Amino acid sequence: MEHKQLIIIGGGPAGMSAAVSACNEGIRDILIIEREEALGGILKQCIHNGFGLHKFGEQLTGPEYAERYSDNVKELGIPYITETMVVDVSDDRVVTAVNKEKGYFQIKADAIILAMGCRERSRGALNIPGARPAGIYTAGTAQKFVNIMGYMPGKRVVILGSGDIGLIMARRMTLEGAKVEAVCELMPYSGGLTRNIVQCLEDFGIPLLLSHTITEIHGKDRVEGVTICEVDEKRVPKKETARHIECDTILLSCGLIPENELSKSAGITLDRVTSGAVVDGDRQTSVPGIFACGNVLHVHDLVDFVSDEAEIAGKGAADFIKGIKEEKETVEIIPEGGVRYTVPQKVAKGEGASLYFRVADVYKNVTVALYDGENLIAKKKRPKVAPGEMERFEIKPEYLENAEKLTLKLIFG
Amino acid sequence: MYDVAIIGAGVIGSLIARELTKYSLSVVVIEKEADAALGATGANSGIVHAGFDAKPGSLKARFNVAGNKMMEEVCRQLGVSFKNNGSLVIGFDDEDKKVIEELYERGTKNGVERLEVIDSKRLHELEPNVSEKATVALYAPTGGIVCPYGLAIAALGNAMDNGADFRRCFEVKSLEFKDGFYEISDGSENICAKFVVNAAGVFSDAIARLVGDDSFKITPRKGEYMLCDKESGGIVSHTIFRTPSKMGKGILVSPTVDGNLLLGPTATDIDDKEDTSTTPEGLAVIANECLADVPGVPTRTVITSFAGLRSVDNKGDFIIDSPAKNFVNCAGIESPGLTSAPAIAVYVAELLEGLGLELKKNEAFNPYRTSMHEFRDMTMEEKNEKIKKEPAYGKIVCRCETISEGEIIRAIRENPGAVTVDGVKRRTRATMGRCGGGFCTPTIVEILARELGIKYEEVTKFGGESVYNFGKVK
Repeated sequence: MEHKQLIIIGGGPAGMSAAVSACNEGIRDILIIEREEALGGILKQCIHNGFGLHKFGEQLTGPEYAERYSDNVKELGIPYITETMVVDVSDDRVVTAVNKEKGYFQIKADAIILAMGCRERSRGALNIPGARPAGIYTAGTAQKFVNIMGYMPGKRVVILGSGDIGLIMARRMTLEGAKVEAVCELMPYSGGLTRNIVQCLEDFGIPLLLSHTITEIHGKDRVEGVTICEVDEKRVPKKETARHIECDTILLSCGLIPENELSKSAGITLDRVTSGAVVDGDRQTSVPGIFACGNVLHVHDLVDFVSDEAEIAGKGAADFIKGIKEEKETVEIIPEGGVRYTVPQKVAKGEGASLYFRVADVYKNVTVALYDGENLIAKKKRPKVAPGEMERFEIKPEYLENAEKLTLKLIFG
Repeated sequence: MYDVAIIGAGVIGSLIARELTKYSLSVVVIEKEADAALGATGANSGIVHAGFDAKPGSLKARFNVAGNKMMEEVCRQLGVSFKNNGSLVIGFDDEDKKVIEELYERGTKNGVERLEVIDSKRLHELEPNVSEKATVALYAPTGGIVCPYGLAIAALGNAMDNGADFRRCFEVKSLEFKDGFYEISDGSENICAKFVVNAAGVFSDAIARLVGDDSFKITPRKGEYMLCDKESGGIVSHTIFRTPSKMGKGILVSPTVDGNLLLGPTATDIDDKEDTSTTPEGLAVIANECLADVPGVPTRTVITSFAGLRSVDNKGDFIIDSPAKNFVNCAGIESPGLTSAPAIAVYVAELLEGLGLELKKNEAFNPYRTSMHEFRDMTMEEKNEKIKKEPAYGKIVCRCETISEGEIIRAIRENPGAVTVDGVKRRTRATMGRCGGGFCTPTIVEILARELGIKYEEVTKFGGESVYNFGKVK
């Protein structure tokens, strides 16, 4: 069986950044496996700007951001193959993949980095009742039709969900001549970034209907309209508020789901909240030598943070391959009271970590607090937190010294 | 001039077509939609019933038991997914027990083999995840599951391989018998045939009326379903029915031949013969009832919901007769219609012979067809041989179901060729996975456009106006 020191599954922003990081740590025997024709992942179809503000201090488009990394991969001579689909990963780090040239083949790796990204929640998964005509797309599929294929998937559009891709597509479809009738958001707040709500909806006069949902889809061959309803605080549609909107297209932007089918095949423990792997500070999963980063680990708002996380995973994998990492006791971080999850979920003693986390609702004037049992270890004030914006909390090595597990929670008022 | 024209390319029409190509006959299947299996065949439970439901002496009882016995061999010949997984009708109280005992009696009279009434202990040995409150069950080891649209498409394809024609998008508007043959018209074009078989599903009453037969009426009875991710497919291994009521066999929980978990159907009589919309009420009923039967049913793993229409007639049994010269009805074929289909096909051929159609054996008839899932089921070595010869099999298009471009091209080129994205879906399973086609649909549209020599924006989901795109961007 062929052997590689490091296999990276996925050549999107996470995979490329992890590869560059591992290479800079001295690992040369790397292979990035990408399923599409070129490196870049979903950034290839994100032709709007706003990428790279944190990482490069400038506004880049998705393809430009991806190019920075793919140029880097090529300059460093990191090997990659495209149009190759990984179909299985085993717990002893054997990767099975398939492409046109080699057919099905297997490679044994010393370490693997999972960087497969995520998928969008579909109409089926949302279980929206009504007819089943053509014209119902996830926002990302519509984005591919418009930006990659060059075709218009709709003229009159209603968008369900106010995730960032939906907001971006509201603007994109409008610029291409479509009429976006409304964006319906089930929750009383948007899951998208504030800047996207301003630049993609408000600037174009597109109504954002909070606490609203689509209760029925109409149309025989192609979508002909939707019934929308306001929902109560339990998110149950209020029938008396039902109204019809004529449209030929429905775009769905109702959440992203990390694509962890391969992680499952390798027997990796998953976090029920993130739907990604449970990892330590190096982004190592429950299976030794298998690391995860990017949207396959947890859904990010900004690609800049994906790149940061992938650098950590790349270094972690390099250290693992070099065998310089001794096994250390880890401290579990428990999310509680308004904190939905943290990544990493555990941190090794003697090391610090940046904890990324999301909150359950929109809160104002809260304190993020780290506890060891009853003892407050560290805290940080935040004027406003929202589920749509990922938060960060620094864990210093000294916090962990005497702890078995720590709790991260919000204190209100 | 055809010997026989069959109206409707559902599982009934398709299997009749295949049966008739066993003889030296020219056969055409006429379908108003862009593909086969778009009616009840495309949206039903996919159950091969044992045969204990139908009233003894009815056509339903007769063809159910006969069809059940034929199904495995027909599926083997046609390369269609079939599994003899057995079925269980579960009961919760004495009233249910009475019904179950009646079903046992009825089934035994109908000739169903190996039926058993079992107690709670045995039931939970067979199915540990069934509700602990279930105290009794009817166990039918001869029950099975099949891919219903796969069966129709394969039967029609096999009929076409043996010489039959398939006319899509031809909606029959008039039927005129003159000079010893029927002129079948869609208003602009005619197809001529000496004999006509009406297998038009929910529209079979309308077709019968075209030859003056107004003796029956079809009421569509909607059945809504939810389908769960493959990760949930293993929660039960048998098909679990609830004790039946007047409106049907009740809501079931069943694995599918593809490894998903199927929940449903509801039963609601409606007026509109094209209304396959799902309703919040229906979906809620399914979730509640399934959770009562099998408490662990993971409704959060639902990947799609859909609805089909049963063709319920006002006579209470299948209507298979000849109300006009050289014309045969196959109407009211609701459950157990799928199971009965192979037996009905043989019976219709006999009926036609009785009406004067000469059945001379077709020596060249080939009953076999390669499974659409041949590639999926190969060993890795076999797959690599195939990829060496046809590299398109090495390019995965649908990542959730691991479907290659080679399989999609085959589905488009092989009889009856897929011409829509849903056509590709039903043949290959591409887009049927957990992402709902989010990633692969634009690529499948591209492959269809290329293979069919049409524009990208002309590709549809299921024919008609169901286009994906309205032309190029600015």
